[in-house]
Amino acid sequence: MDTFLLLWQGLAVALQPINLLYALVGVTLGTAVGVLPGIGPATTVALLLPVTYKLDPAGSLIMFAGIYYGGMYGGSTTSILLNTPGESASIVTALEGNKMAKKGRGGPALATAAIGSFVAGLIATLALAFLAPWVVSVALAFGPREYFALMVLAFVTVSAAFGDSALRGLTSLFIGLTLGLVGIDLQTGQARLSFSHPSLLDGIEVTTLAVAMFAVGETLYVAAQGKRAPESIEPVRGSLWMSARDWARSWKAWLRGTVIGFPIGAMPAGGAELGTFFSYAVEKKLSKHPEEFGEGAIEGVAGPEAANNASAAGTLVPLLTLGLPTSATAAIMLAGFQQYGLQPGPLLFTSNPQLVWGLIASLLVANLMLIVLNLPLIGLWVRLLTIPKPWLYGGILMFATLGTIGANPSVFELAMLLVFGLLGYGLRVFHFPIAPVVVGLILGPMAEQQLRRALAISQGDVMVLFTSPISAVLLFLAAVALILPLVLRAQGRGRVLAAVAADSD
Amino acid sequence: MKHLLATAFLAGALALPAGVMAADYSIMAPAAPGGGWDQTARAMQEALTAEGISGNVQVTNVPGAGGTIGLAQFAQEAKGDPSRLIVGGYVMVGAILTNKAPVTLDAVTPIARLTGEYEVIVVPAASDIKTLADLVAKLKADPGSVSWAGGSAGGTDHITAGLFAKTAGVDPKAVNYVAFSGGGEALAAVLGSQVTVGISGYGEFQSQVEAGALRVIGVSAPEKVAIIDGPTFKEGGVDLVVQNWRGVWAGPDLSAEQVAAITADIEKMVNSETWKKTLETKGWNNTWLAGDAFKAQLATEIEATTAILKDIGLVE
Repeated sequence: MDTFLLLWQGLAVALQPINLLYALVGVTLGTAVGVLPGIGPATTVALLLPVTYKLDPAGSLIMFAGIYYGGMYGGSTTSILLNTPGESASIVTALEGNKMAKKGRGGPALATAAIGSFVAGLIATLALAFLAPWVVSVALAFGPREYFALMVLAFVTVSAAFGDSALRGLTSLFIGLTLGLVGIDLQTGQARLSFSHPSLLDGIEVTTLAVAMFAVGETLYVAAQGKRAPESIEPVRGSLWMSARDWARSWKAWLRGTVIGFPIGAMPAGGAELGTFFSYAVEKKLSKHPEEFGEGAIEGVAGPEAANNASAAGTLVPLLTLGLPTSATAAIMLAGFQQYGLQPGPLLFTSNPQLVWGLIASLLVANLMLIVLNLPLIGLWVRLLTIPKPWLYGGILMFATLGTIGANPSVFELAMLLVFGLLGYGLRVFHFPIAPVVVGLILGPMAEQQLRRALAISQGDVMVLFTSPISAVLLFLAAVALILPLVLRAQGRGRVLAAVAADSD
Repeated sequence: MKHLLATAFLAGALALPAGVMAADYSIMAPAAPGGGWDQTARAMQEALTAEGISGNVQVTNVPGAGGTIGLAQFAQEAKGDPSRLIVGGYVMVGAILTNKAPVTLDAVTPIARLTGEYEVIVVPAASDIKTLADLVAKLKADPGSVSWAGGSAGGTDHITAGLFAKTAGVDPKAVNYVAFSGGGEALAAVLGSQVTVGISGYGEFQSQVEAGALRVIGVSAPEKVAIIDGPTFKEGGVDLVVQNWRGVWAGPDLSAEQVAAITADIEKMVNSETWKKTLETKGWNNTWLAGDAFKAQLATEIEATTAILKDIGLVE
């Protein structure tokens, strides 16, 4: 049947008053849990699952989808204003977004995040409706070796995008890679770097590390400066709304973020964070103002925020077409489908078209609701920054602690938060970048597992990495990204010296 | 005044039976929300309250390390408390061994085995492996050439692959097992023909089998399973039965009466309509086994699992 007709019928389902109510409850809850660090959409959906036994399938799935989209939205608010990423997918947002907020540009940062999320959500949901079968066949072509090549490309491009000093950036990255080794190794079941402590067996939680590094580390840094701290935060400077220049710099970043985020979200082993990393690296590379990166470049907020919402829609591609959950939330939504005796997969589109198209249509509705809900609130949110510094940072510390405790009620987790907070403080004092630590923790284990899987399948033959066209191309791009800057530097002596000076910092 | 007393008495009389009969329970799922143990705990919560067996049931999640973190915490906190229960199963047996967990299932009181799921071996529809005999022949010729995709190392899927090889006369250590984290990554690898075979619970592969993208070549059940279109391991010439079972335990230091009361409540739950409906929608088998029979079964399984994990090389 015609896709348009089906989508139209889906809209009729989604626009029923009761389903609109479920969507509204979903997006509100989702935004709330997205704001809280540690408590993510996955936990919320899981906790709501038993409550929805009594609801009809369409209504509860629409609510879950609302939570999912809302969570992706809410995470950006705390990243930008408080430097406390609520979800791992909004870590990158904190980099530029918080710098903007401190310069009184919190309003435009929140606005570009909200509108970017809306644009990305809209395009990606339409892509889900029209391209799902095609996208999924491409995603399935990715096996362990292709994923490994993708991770290599991510490492090269992303680490180049952070900071000016390669030495310092790599040091941070390797701290993150080492932290990524902690815990039970998936391939052999053996514990690594756990020092016989059972709480370390599951490895280090990304959100704990991110919240500690960003929020706790910064709080300590500000407190240690005391009265010597340079300037007070300026809550609002200039317009609360985006200027014409902000729009001009944002719209391309939104579209690029969408194009990057959607397919990566659809990949079974992609994940929303990866898309935000790539988007950040691309924006920095293409920006006409690369010098602003690290100081509050609006593209660095617009791109990654669009990417994480697009990947949220991307995640639904393999879920609906293959029954394949590629994120924690999607896994729990799958359990939600099964609770009604529905098996997502190739047959779902034909056996339950109203439900599938109702869900897709309600994503469009939820997306619209979110922007209506969020844009007017920006003025209110920004006022958070008018709170006097000691109270503001005291509040951030409490907020970070509560979020961590809420996600995992254990004393050990809290101790980790503090220890990593101290580490974040130390890195700040000695001018090491923070983000590569978190990037290492996320990408390291993925790259390692994929490489080992690829080599296990090939029985140890390394050539297998180059015989697949996709991985060969990705590795070639990575090599170019690594070598090209070196070649360019070598072309002029003066520039070489400048580069060396920047490197040794 | 008289009226008031009568009303108070009446209210008391009505409230009393409920208060005496319905015990409160707090069930720990030693895993993150959404997984098998969490679903079991929440299904129990639903059935116990819907059937009026218990007035108030709480579910708590303590995730980590194949359930061993939750188990250690439970053994300490639930000592002598008849209202505390923990869900666990076959995966925990393996995890305790591979993690060298300090607190084992000896530290808690077994109540009953509740549910089970059989393992299936699947191949992509286009695979040249058509039968279990084909798979065994390929394994015997070159064990490394068969890559198996399943869940984490030392889990039920890995153990089943090891047992399959051993029963078929192939060295389990030579099994080329590729562990994928949960959430369908293994399914994606089989669908994309990245690996030779996939091994997991039928639920993971069901929709793709029904759509004709994957083919079941073997089921770890003792006899043919109605909903699964494929032969048992035994029919395919490999005499092996494996079931990924889940069960429930209570805390240590309980009196015989307390254990009997909990067992009676759980038995009532298992025989209820609500529970039967849950098993049906989730595709779980009823594997009810309680008391000494469960204890004896548990001891046998721990022994067998230790042996195969040693054979695979995960445990020394």
